[in-house]
Amino acid sequence: MKGWIAFWNILKKDIRNYYLKPPNISWGIIFPLSWTLMQLIRSPDGSIQDLLPGLISMSVLFGTTSMLAVTITFERSGRSFERLLLAPIGLSTMVLAKIAGTILFGMFNAFVPVILAAFLVDLHAVNWGALLLAVLLIAVTSALMGLLVAVSAEQVFEAQTLSNFFRFPMLFLCGLFIPLARLPVFLRPVSYCLPLTYGTDVLRGLITGSSTLSPALCYGMLLLSAIALFTISRHMIRRNWIL
Amino acid sequence: MNMISVSRLTKTYGDLTAVDDISFQVEKGEIYGFLGPNGAGKTSTINMMIGLSRPSAGEIEVAGIDVRRRTKKAQAGMGIVPDESNLYNEMDGFDNLCFCASLYGMRREEREAKARRLLTLFRLDDAGRRPFKAYSRGMRRRLTIAAALIHSPQVLFLDEPTTGIDVESSRQIRDLIVELKQQGTTIFLTTHYIEEAERICDRIAFIAGGRIVAAGSLPELMDSVSRQHAIRFITAGNSTVHAAELESRFAGSEVRAQADRTIVMTSRQRIPLFPVMEFLHNRGVEVLEARELRPSLEDVFVRLTGIDTSVPAKPGQKEADQ
Ligand SMILES: Nc1ncnc2c1ncn2[C@@H]1O[C@H](COP(=O)(O)OP(=O)(O)OP(=O)(O)O)[C@@H](O)[C@H]1O
Ligand SMILES: [Mg+2]
Repeated sequence: MKGWIAFWNILKKDIRNYYLKPPNISWGIIFPLSWTLMQLIRSPDGSIQDLLPGLISMSVLFGTTSMLAVTITFERSGRSFERLLLAPIGLSTMVLAKIAGTILFGMFNAFVPVILAAFLVDLHAVNWGALLLAVLLIAVTSALMGLLVAVSAEQVFEAQTLSNFFRFPMLFLCGLFIPLARLPVFLRPVSYCLPLTYGTDVLRGLITGSSTLSPALCYGMLLLSAIALFTISRHMIRRNWIL
Repeated sequence: MNMISVSRLTKTYGDLTAVDDISFQVEKGEIYGFLGPNGAGKTSTINMMIGLSRPSAGEIEVAGIDVRRRTKKAQAGMGIVPDESNLYNEMDGFDNLCFCASLYGMRREEREAKARRLLTLFRLDDAGRRPFKAYSRGMRRRLTIAAALIHSPQVLFLDEPTTGIDVESSRQIRDLIVELKQQGTTIFLTTHYIEEAERICDRIAFIAGGRIVAAGSLPELMDSVSRQHAIRFITAGNSTVHAAELESRFAGSEVRAQADRTIVMTSRQRIPLFPVMEFLHNRGVEVLEARELRPSLEDVFVRLTGIDTSVPAKPGQKEADQ
């Protein structure tokens, strides 16, 4: 019960202090919007359905990783983060509370292109429950990657640079722009280590029906990555933040 | 009953030993002060005691709970005031307190009632709805202390509670610390103000270079270095020219000139006042004032640690009219 009170209040505080701030809200809308428009301009004949999985993935990825890394690094530099480390709540509860806000924000980002697309094309065939689950899992893994960045960075600008450092290569390796089959052979194992590869594939299957991997495998891999990343972050927090 | 028990605590950062084999106990309802200069290892010690940093060696118990093994359980009974005020800048005072309360699992009604009470206690009622970033330094400090008290902790840790704060705010904070002690809270604080340690601490440990150089109650510490008597004479005429003569006349005494018209006489025995004054009078030097100089905690500190405190400590020796 006490853990819940702490969890809920950390989440509420983050949403109020960070995610509901006008600049972030507008970023959450403008960013996915501009990606969508860019893609449409780049390939005007490409169908929106083909673009949608990539847009969702990118919106989630960009909405979560840097958000969490920046807010945590910010709280650490102002030292208010110490309060969380000194509170009598388990490290897991604290980590979950911190990533929960980002996950919600990432999912909000994800649905901007979806809602936009819903006006333009027929999305009747989409299994929304499965889509929501996929988006949730992508958001969880991306948020946890943001947490890893936060644990490694000391300053806000460092956090930003670090998030970009792995975010962009990831976009190119996850099969979004370049199909996995066309990637150089030596890069393919890397692709199969990225949760986003599975996320993108499952989204593609749900929206266009053209997945290359089995959905069960994708969900499984996403879940597995989430658990692995969670365990690693917890370990890293213990190691790096409790000196 | 011991509320804090630290034994053989050590912390190393690479080659540097920041805390070196420290042991001490604090009893329930006691104010225990760590007094030491910058870099002495005060914050390093406190951070290990509150579970924010891992000891390289040693044991810590707070309220009977092993901090190293059951950190979260131990933290539930601790109130912590870090060396920097670290609340949330964008949140107002009231929300900050309520948020801190929630971290300890307090329910909403309880949180809000306690937050209101603390704002009043710390004279921050009017500032309750202003964001923390708009607070003055003293107000920030007060709110940070209030936040540490939100869950009525048994043990309060304060890392330099009054550093960088004006005299009036410091006094208020000190009064409050004493009041908390009277209510049964055990208090561990660090400071580099000798005056502060002297005023409010029941027991003091001098810390320098990561080691406890001396520890004890104020009288114990004073006694440990000084069994000397000292009297300062202020005279109307130049008295320093007679210093050597005085010394030979009063065996066992040592006479030091401070200024043209001031001499300080120290001795292992009590100094007979009248003969000295007569001696000076006979040489045409009128004594305007004679004062016994008692060693201040500062003297004791300097004597034991060999550290010149003239920079951080407040000047002025403790004096008493003879
Ligand atoms: N994280 C760290 N890494 C390396 N060295 C550290 C670290 N923290 C403290 N130190 C070193 O340990 C020593 C003790 O520092 P500490 O902060 O405990 O001193 P302090 O008594 O609190 O000083 P101050 O009065 O300035 O607050 C210093 O030499 C400091 O440089
Ligand atoms: Mg310090």
